[in-house]
Amino acid sequence: MISDQLFFTGINVLLAWSVYIGLVTGSLSFAQGAFMAFGCYGAGVLTVKFGWPLLPACLVSAILSAMIAAVLGYPALRLRGVYLILVTIGITFCARVALENIDYVGGVGGFGGMRGADLNAVIVAVLIVGAFLLWFSFSPLQRICDAVREDDRVASSLAINVTFIRLLGFSAGAAIAAIAGALYGHYMNFVRPESFDVLLSIYVVLYVVLGGTNNMLGPLIGATLMTLLPEYFRVLAEWRPTVFGLAILAMLLFRPLGLLAFRLVTAHASVSAPRKSGSL
Amino acid sequence: MKQPILEVRKLQKSFGGLRALDGINLDIHEGEVVGLIGPNGAGKTALLNTVTGFYRATGGTILFQNQDITHRPMHEIGRLGIGRTFQNIRLFRRMTVLENALVAFRPFADHPLRSLIAYRERRMAIARAMHWLELLQLADKVDRIASSLSYGDARRLEIARALVGEPSLLLLDEPAAGMNENETRRLVDDIAIVRRHVRAIVLIEHDMDLIRSLSDRLVAMDYGRKIVEGASAEVLNHPEVLKAYLGTDTEETVS
Repeated sequence: MISDQLFFTGINVLLAWSVYIGLVTGSLSFAQGAFMAFGCYGAGVLTVKFGWPLLPACLVSAILSAMIAAVLGYPALRLRGVYLILVTIGITFCARVALENIDYVGGVGGFGGMRGADLNAVIVAVLIVGAFLLWFSFSPLQRICDAVREDDRVASSLAINVTFIRLLGFSAGAAIAAIAGALYGHYMNFVRPESFDVLLSIYVVLYVVLGGTNNMLGPLIGATLMTLLPEYFRVLAEWRPTVFGLAILAMLLFRPLGLLAFRLVTAHASVSAPRKSGSL
Repeated sequence: MKQPILEVRKLQKSFGGLRALDGINLDIHEGEVVGLIGPNGAGKTALLNTVTGFYRATGGTILFQNQDITHRPMHEIGRLGIGRTFQNIRLFRRMTVLENALVAFRPFADHPLRSLIAYRERRMAIARAMHWLELLQLADKVDRIASSLSYGDARRLEIARALVGEPSLLLLDEPAAGMNENETRRLVDDIAIVRRHVRAIVLIEHDMDLIRSLSDRLVAMDYGRKIVEGASAEVLNHPEVLKAYLGTDTEETVS
């Protein structure tokens, strides 16, 4: 039981990070359910129908998912704000309907036979993705993404290709969501298109909003708390959506930037140089 | 005469029925500081926005260093060497002063993915950024969050940030707007230094003292057109310019 809970926590952390990496470039995506489904079914086909081992299947489905995100994102990311949100919700709906109509992967009935993922696999994935995000957090690329997120017009006047940066964030998010999907499917052994409902995409965004959108720890905390807490308040199980909604409202009122709102600074002036203090 | 750095030819920009730019011609030459004046709504900022690619021109051409940039995307125009500041200061408010300047460092802006592994260039980037921050007297504030800067410092940081991108043409949109007399005087000194590091500057300004002390040449605009062009004193006393500013016939307003 406890390992189930930890496994789902890990999956949700990965999904929260996949939303976060898009948000870093200023795009809020509700399409993570679709990319998760793609990763799950893509890797599942490779392992079940072609007998691939899980790891390469996982990586290939992540890469394909990123490529699909790039193709979808090129027109979609021209939209901003609420229009982009609607388009990404649309992507999640379309993915589900498409999967329900592909008999090769079982259609509405679902797709089974995937196995091989366990708690260790998801821990390794969380560690690798987390280490990458931490490395990214202190890089010039993080700064460039922040610039795009804060004021895309100024960023492009400073020679930054805003379209490319946004596609990068969206595709990286899709890849991470696909890995989460692949691990999820190979742990559950059996999935159905409705497992990747739009509600899942919404929950994942809420983890990030609760945890904080300014650093990579926020989504980690948000996803962990919101996955584990309901387990320890079993009485509240039926009230989960209500409690969730109230938590969001309380956050928006009292901590609109999330639990962990700080932003990491990406560069400091050289420490060895004599620091001038006060005004000259 | 040498080929101008920037050649604007019959440039037009309409928003529906409104002609923000109505076939304007403008040449900017090497080494020049050109002041752009005109009443509000004359099309000065529209001209800057069209040259930098934020607005799509509806007619005419823009040549920058002999290249047609009329329909190029903004970041490409930035890469070719046009830098700018904004009328309402637009810093990355949540970043530190140093980070603001670093965003413009060209090797990273041009190759964002490579910046992940370009460790050696990170020191170079900081050195470049510090160079311009020192020039604009911001060296002792590098670790401050940009939103905490005073108005004058914020303006100077915006100029420093543009300079880190090493533009050959710098466009300054009302750099003295909202500054007090002291800050304006300091800005005049700063721009005098900055002009030695870029090939040309175009300056939109309403502060006539600043315009007079900095510009080699003035261009007066009204209704999206150039109305007068020439030496400061000449342009500022030109009847057409007075008419544009005062909105009536000059005879009636002579005091």
